[in-house]
Amino acid sequence: MRLSSGGDIFRDRPLTISFDGRDLGGFEGDTLASILVANGVRVCARSIYAGRPRGLMSSGSEEANVFVQVVSGAGEPMVRATEIEAYDGLVTESLASKGRLLDLPDTSRYDKRFIHVETLVVGGGRSGVAAAAEAARAGGRVLLVHDRATIARGEGVESVVGMGGLTILTRTTATGLHEHGYVVAVERRTDHLAVPPETWSRQRLWNIRANEIVLATGAHERPIAFAGNDVPGVMLAASAVDYVTRFGVRPGRRAVVFGCHDGVVDAARALAEAGVEIARVVDARPWAADEVKQGTEEGSLDVRAGVVIGTASLPDGTLSGAVIQARDGSVETVACDLLAVSGGWNPALQLLTHTGGRTRWADEAAAFVPSQRPQHVRVVGKASGEFAAALRPEPLFCVDGPGSDPADIFLDLQRDATLADLRRAVAAGMRSVEHVKRFTTISTAADQGRSSSVLTVGVLCQELGVPMTEGVTTTYRPPYTPLTFALLAGRDRGYLADPERVSPIQDWHVAHGAAFEDVGQWKRPWYFPAYDGESLHDAVARECAATRSSVGMMDASTLGKIEMYGPDVGEFLDRIYTNLMSTLAVGKVRYGVMAAVDGMVLDDGTVARLSDNRWILTTTTGNAAKVLDWLEEWLQTEWPDLDVRCTSVTEHWATVAVVGPRSREVVAAIAPGLDVSNEAFGFMEWRDAMVGDCAARVMRISFSGELAFEVNVDGWRGQALWEVIYEAGQPYGITPYGTETMHVLRAEKGYPIMGQDTDGTVIPQDLGMSWVVSKKKPDFVGKRSYSRADAAREGRKQLVGLIPSDGSSPLMEGAQLVETGVDLTRVPVPMVGHVTSAYDSVSLGSPFALALLADGANRHGEELQAVDELVGTRVRVTSPVPYDPEGARRDGN
Amino acid sequence: MNEPERLPNLPEFLWADAEPKSAYDVIIIGGGGHGLATAYYLAKNHGITNVAVLERGWLGGGNMARNTTIIRSNYLWDESAAIYEHSLKLWEGLEDDLGCEVLFSQRGVLNLAHNLGDVREAKRRVNANQLNGVDAEWLTTEEVRKLVPILNASDDVRYPVWGATFQPRAGIAKHDWVAWGYARGAHAMGVDIVQGCEVLDFVTDGNRVVGVETNRGRINAGRTALCAAGHSSGLAAKLGVRLPVQSHPLQALVSELLDQVLDTVVMSNTVHVYVSQAHKGELVMGAGIDSYIGYGQRGSFPVIEHQMAAAIELFPIFARAHVLRTWAGIVDVCPDASPIVGHLPLDNAFINCGWGTGGFKATPGVGWVYADTIAHDRPHELGEPFALTRFEHGSLIDEHGAAAVAH
Repeated sequence: MRLSSGGDIFRDRPLTISFDGRDLGGFEGDTLASILVANGVRVCARSIYAGRPRGLMSSGSEEANVFVQVVSGAGEPMVRATEIEAYDGLVTESLASKGRLLDLPDTSRYDKRFIHVETLVVGGGRSGVAAAAEAARAGGRVLLVHDRATIARGEGVESVVGMGGLTILTRTTATGLHEHGYVVAVERRTDHLAVPPETWSRQRLWNIRANEIVLATGAHERPIAFAGNDVPGVMLAASAVDYVTRFGVRPGRRAVVFGCHDGVVDAARALAEAGVEIARVVDARPWAADEVKQGTEEGSLDVRAGVVIGTASLPDGTLSGAVIQARDGSVETVACDLLAVSGGWNPALQLLTHTGGRTRWADEAAAFVPSQRPQHVRVVGKASGEFAAALRPEPLFCVDGPGSDPADIFLDLQRDATLADLRRAVAAGMRSVEHVKRFTTISTAADQGRSSSVLTVGVLCQELGVPMTEGVTTTYRPPYTPLTFALLAGRDRGYLADPERVSPIQDWHVAHGAAFEDVGQWKRPWYFPAYDGESLHDAVARECAATRSSVGMMDASTLGKIEMYGPDVGEFLDRIYTNLMSTLAVGKVRYGVMAAVDGMVLDDGTVARLSDNRWILTTTTGNAAKVLDWLEEWLQTEWPDLDVRCTSVTEHWATVAVVGPRSREVVAAIAPGLDVSNEAFGFMEWRDAMVGDCAARVMRISFSGELAFEVNVDGWRGQALWEVIYEAGQPYGITPYGTETMHVLRAEKGYPIMGQDTDGTVIPQDLGMSWVVSKKKPDFVGKRSYSRADAAREGRKQLVGLIPSDGSSPLMEGAQLVETGVDLTRVPVPMVGHVTSAYDSVSLGSPFALALLADGANRHGEELQAVDELVGTRVRVTSPVPYDPEGARRDGN
Repeated sequence: MNEPERLPNLPEFLWADAEPKSAYDVIIIGGGGHGLATAYYLAKNHGITNVAVLERGWLGGGNMARNTTIIRSNYLWDESAAIYEHSLKLWEGLEDDLGCEVLFSQRGVLNLAHNLGDVREAKRRVNANQLNGVDAEWLTTEEVRKLVPILNASDDVRYPVWGATFQPRAGIAKHDWVAWGYARGAHAMGVDIVQGCEVLDFVTDGNRVVGVETNRGRINAGRTALCAAGHSSGLAAKLGVRLPVQSHPLQALVSELLDQVLDTVVMSNTVHVYVSQAHKGELVMGAGIDSYIGYGQRGSFPVIEHQMAAAIELFPIFARAHVLRTWAGIVDVCPDASPIVGHLPLDNAFINCGWGTGGFKATPGVGWVYADTIAHDRPHELGEPFALTRFEHGSLIDEHGAAAVAH
């Protein structure tokens, strides 16, 4: 019921909200909860399992009963009614502790900000404001975050708004305290607005780095459990008062106030002043005496020693009375519609414990207080337990009165978990509070045990007969308050979910209808259909034929490129690659393989020496970052003495491969100053050249077995280069091709793709590449592993070629190799290898495959079955170099 | 809206803590799922009941309490498939065997493919699984869409779904209940469960381990079996054995309880998501492994942010869900991403660790195999390929491709 005055609400700004289809009136400044109270809505939810009626048990973030589905605005499941700022048109629905996901696109935007400050103050209550003011006066940047709309103000509170160096973020909750002064906070920017400005993000995630963190997070009032403590009308005492002072609403007409510290009398007085008839104040402390306390204008307070042992309720389930047991054991039921309860205060130390801080039970405060703080974290105000002395608290967690059914004594309202559940856990042998938590599910709900956790520790200690000082709370985990998935994703949604990398020649590819393939983060042309609807198969056949017979071109810009500088590069590369690199002459290029420490092939590529101290190496497209990390790890952790600098230059260069017997003519046409003759420009050499006015580095390397040139220019001139080559190649029918044709061409030559034809079990020797493993070098990464027994084992899987025995059956990548004659229905079927790459080859006139096969090098000519989806296809094992095995095409015609 | 149901009741009695005796036939160091399962099968399969499980904290409180409970056996290599499939078969009979519920739910696990490389690897694994007698199917994008309607299997997504492997017999279980079920069974057969008992050192006689020093005094042991996941490194070091194991944080998170939207486990290595909706209704998700090494059970927040971006991209319906709680476990990983099970290079001493992301699903299987190894002082055939000596001779079982992020 709304009082005629009071509260921080704007009575001149009325609004209407909807709750379960009912229109309810309120004012700006109200929460959904205060509007429910003002309109006398007492049953606001059903409990999750028992389906019991539930009402508001608090006014703040400790609310465990009333979570709603927000239907209007952005829409959100499972939001505390006490934390929803009302706006005109707010539409909500009640829930039974379980939300539902709307199957509608989420059009809200979320963003992130990063800020560094000397001091972060969490909590804008009196203590927080004082701490922020002090820090700001001392100079330096200060950030004050406060989870409500306004920070503390008024009598005795310094006005800090506008203070130099101080930034205040309201509606902002610090949700996680991480290592090294890193705090994550969420700012709710538009949830309280009926019509949010279109350009605003809904929420903002703040990533805060602070030198000092002051936790002024306050305390949450602790309930006391007793039979029927879940009945609507049972509410935390300070929350009942809060409804009066913040919102000018009265949470009941006639109240019983029950607690175990001095604060309950103050609460009773405050309620009485708001016109709530105080039927009784029940003081549970052992030394409490029956007395009449000087009351209020409304009269005196009838304070009696005793405990509440139960509740009476109306047919609708709401509270009608409190069952009180006096000190002498007599029991009476006192009629009331509000039972305001306070079992003391729990300092809000969730953040403190996120990163290794600890708490201990302090008898004098009847609370868990900070005992061990992470570096640079300070706790002030109620959060430090400073309320203790004034309240003279005596802990009381649970009243198991005569005749009470433990199954009616709720410890965790949101999980419907009771004293009976806890006793079952103890009877089952559970002693650790962590076990009890998991057995009963207490404090695992959306409130993370804000009201139930300490209560449960208290009851458990009581049940086990151990002092509270032996009790520990369960570990609190970030986030302090639930965070929307979409907020954490921020702007990384849709095609921004992961960066999309494209080559400088992308526009041309798109304009010419290329089909694309994802290779890591890159979009690479997969094939170039010559006409609408040309199939992959047809396009690749055409591209392969053109390249083998005349000339093709491909965009190789995505290959990883790492430039290396320093006098020790040669030495370093000798240690990193399996083969010798330091002897490479300026102007030359060498192929190299990197192995992991276990000797397995990691990556491959080319190394070119640009000058005495400058080198450039290439990696596979997908491995560029991994290889750079790999190099840096060795340089920084193992060999810091080597003078070597690595720089990723992948995107500095655009690379066009000109491939095929006519490539020499094309390159000669675009770079007239370059002598492209085989004598002047040999295989595995590089030359500087000018393509028009553009400086280029041309390399004679080949991934197809054909005569080929790779032309490198500044990235931004890539497309111009491509177009020049395309133009110059027209007389030869130059044909752009994509990754699929590249794969076919290289496979026909038996060139493995690391990561496709290898899988972390393959050493270079298995690929028939013993030549790439130096026997001269004293050491290199992986060398030791080649001396292990398994590297010399007979029957290792080795790279082979396969062709279908019938010359036409398609072969499937991923097919497993099985000996002929083996019954595929009798599992386990022994497997001797698998197909790593499979293509239809124009050059060979049949499908063919590369495979890893046990003892493969010795099995050329034999027959096997390649099994895909339990169907075997007869294949014949061949050399892995089915095309041009003598290498006659390398230097062109 | 489907009405939430209470979970079934746990047994009235689970286990009681024991005071450590001065000597046991077998001491198991580590009261996690593996240690408890090992104790259970030692007693049940081999009649060895003079056994103590020593747990320095609270039972089942390490990775057992922190994993995302996914159970599957569709591993690539024969050796892995064999032990995980043995485990899955035990899972299928576990509730009957233990006589209590573990909420084992065979709801199937999907592993999504997002590019040509994924497809190739997925088909290779499906073919290997089928020939090994492990149920596995390749599903087309259309079939994936039918199975998981909330999955964005359209082209309008950063990494479109090209298909998926599906293991129908795979699923999830309630991790705590599994640990407690084994503890209950072991305790009932006479095994001592000792919590709050930290092993500080070993007692050796020549090359033979004969007991342990603990914070509760010396305990002699006929055989001593390490079962302490990543902490095995520190323990083995006290015996002069350097294990090839690194420990990394691996984070997971849950949402609030939500009406059922997902009845299959969905995993994607490429976009780093794995998610299931647990029995009570919360979404349980795992993130990528933090690359740094450490025992701190906390991970980096940016990993969670990245994880959520990926999750929403695949499941737009998740956008409004809330992260309720995040936490980290510690995955102990060998260079080949396969575990170590078998003998330490000392007499009467055994090692089981390095399960990385596979530990939970392996619990029954490894408990069975490890118990057999300890009881007979010789390798079990399913454990033999995972011997520590493989790092000497080099016959590694490289599951990186299949298990780098997947669980």
